[in-house]
Amino acid sequence: METTTLPPLQQFAAGVPRVELAALDTLWFQVGGTLCNLACTHCFVSCSPTNHTHELMGLAQVERYLAEAVALGVREYYFTGGEPFLNLEMEAILAATLAVGPATVLTNGLLLDPARCRRLAALAASSEYSLDLRVSLDGYDARSNDPIRGEGTFERILGGIRNLVAAGLNPVITVTEVCREVGEDAGRERFFALLRSLGITRPRLKVLPLFRLGAEAERAGAYESWQRLREGDAPAGSWDHLQCSGCRMATDQGVWVCPILVNEPAARMGEALADTLGSFPLAHPACWTCHVYGVSCRT
Amino acid sequence: MAIRTPRDPDEPARTEPAALTAHRGLATWGETLVPLGRFREAVAAAGQTLSPAARAAAAAEYLSTGEADDDSPVEGPYSRIVVCGGVYNNHLALARLLEEAAKRGAEAVYCLGDLGGFGPRPEKVRPLLDEGHVRILQGNYEESLAAGREDCNCGYTDPRDNHFAELSYRYTAERCSPEFRAWMGGLPRHRRVRVGERELLLVHGSPRRTNEFLWRSTSPVPFLEVLLAQSRCDGLLCTHTGLHWHRRLPSGRDVVNVGVIGRPANDGQPHVWYAEITDHGGELGVELRPLSYDHVSLAGEMRRERIPEEFVATILTGWWTTCLEILPARERAASRF
Repeated sequence: METTTLPPLQQFAAGVPRVELAALDTLWFQVGGTLCNLACTHCFVSCSPTNHTHELMGLAQVERYLAEAVALGVREYYFTGGEPFLNLEMEAILAATLAVGPATVLTNGLLLDPARCRRLAALAASSEYSLDLRVSLDGYDARSNDPIRGEGTFERILGGIRNLVAAGLNPVITVTEVCREVGEDAGRERFFALLRSLGITRPRLKVLPLFRLGAEAERAGAYESWQRLREGDAPAGSWDHLQCSGCRMATDQGVWVCPILVNEPAARMGEALADTLGSFPLAHPACWTCHVYGVSCRT
Repeated sequence: MAIRTPRDPDEPARTEPAALTAHRGLATWGETLVPLGRFREAVAAAGQTLSPAARAAAAAEYLSTGEADDDSPVEGPYSRIVVCGGVYNNHLALARLLEEAAKRGAEAVYCLGDLGGFGPRPEKVRPLLDEGHVRILQGNYEESLAAGREDCNCGYTDPRDNHFAELSYRYTAERCSPEFRAWMGGLPRHRRVRVGERELLLVHGSPRRTNEFLWRSTSPVPFLEVLLAQSRCDGLLCTHTGLHWHRRLPSGRDVVNVGVIGRPANDGQPHVWYAEITDHGGELGVELRPLSYDHVSLAGEMRRERIPEEFVATILTGWWTTCLEILPARERAASRF
């Protein structure tokens, strides 16, 4: 096993632009760690049932960050992993979050049984803030989805979506551009037709570009050396269009700059949110993707 | 195992499980697998851990950097004002609003911007605004029209929302005279108004951005408290979302999204909404009020102008048919479409 690593991010940092934190509006939680009940071939975090790079976050740890976030006026909270619902405290974490702000959970849909969906609907109804669920799907049939997300997953994901709909929740379906047709109107329409067939009268779809990191770098190729941001790339001299100008990511091991770079130790900015209110070098090639594709992981 | 070789785009992507997901005892670092302990060591050495005092100072500095330097004059004091949001060319609703404001004894009428939109014949609102002495802010429409932008800069992100936003903006842009656009460019971006003892900040979207959406379900109390503290006001009046709401914060400050008079509030009712703000013996009185107008006539005018039927349907039914993807989960759940 070759264990040589990329040069530390700081080595790229000389001469690269820095993004200021304009306002900490969005706080992400790597609440499922890097543990997942799937091992998708395009996962930029390379999540899997055996990936302990980041562990699950406990309720007490999340509550400490929530308390800090409230004082800093954070606007919204996102939960991802790994698979968040592998975390046995996930519903308690959502209840605590919905007391102070809106919450969105990014899930693969496999653990959305009818009883859990009913409990989530009750949580949503009990808060004055929005609870949103985002379910990942990478094709409009098993033939296109299963090679990416795993055999048999298409039907299981649809089962989870049906359970959400039956409970009165209308999830956002997230599709990555691994499904090439989703970039075209006709491809999007196929997804809408699929969702309508599940009884969703108001289908919601979010398309995300791919980050050439982790498993995706292995699947389709890594970044090339020219894919880096330079000072002159900033429109009107500002990087405020990048999500890292308005977010941070809390994991079991501290606070990272954004949800994309959690497997890059140099992207860890500190232990508490207050440690991370400064600027960050846009040195990683993934920063190039965010800029060029206008990526926001927010809904 | 380093995986740094870019692939030929025409080469078929692999479909077997990635070697990088076989992690027993290992962590993913970028595109390599390393012993878990080594990753943790690198993590522990990264970033900064401030002392409690330094953290408190960093937080205080962060909160204070958002504070706005604002020396704009404070208008008033008033005891009763009427405030409306986006007009969207809906001259019939605007005429009714002015009648209503006069009837209710309002001392001033404010409009928080977005005069244009999918209603018919944009120039028809101009004389009404002049005659009613309406004090207007620049919304994203006025910003874009005055600057000659190609789009309304509404802040939508979904292609379906942007498609209809573009139709609406193009219709208005093609019918606004250069003189009307230049006048829009001279409008202020915010105003400060005193009602009783309360100083209110009037904005289009938010104090931070003209096109920021302040929805009720995604504007939590802690966020609003910080926003208003930074804006140094006792109350915030905004629009832009099209949906009205009011929240009194624990600090006693008020946040009011006054809604819009250009289209109904996505509730199956054809009437539109505005806000009446009054002085209640030192307290702020906030009343969000429905406003009926001849929406059937407006729909007729829109059809004569060949404005897309999706927009006409909204005016007639009270349900939004366009620009729905931007809605948060809770507001979307209350939608028909």
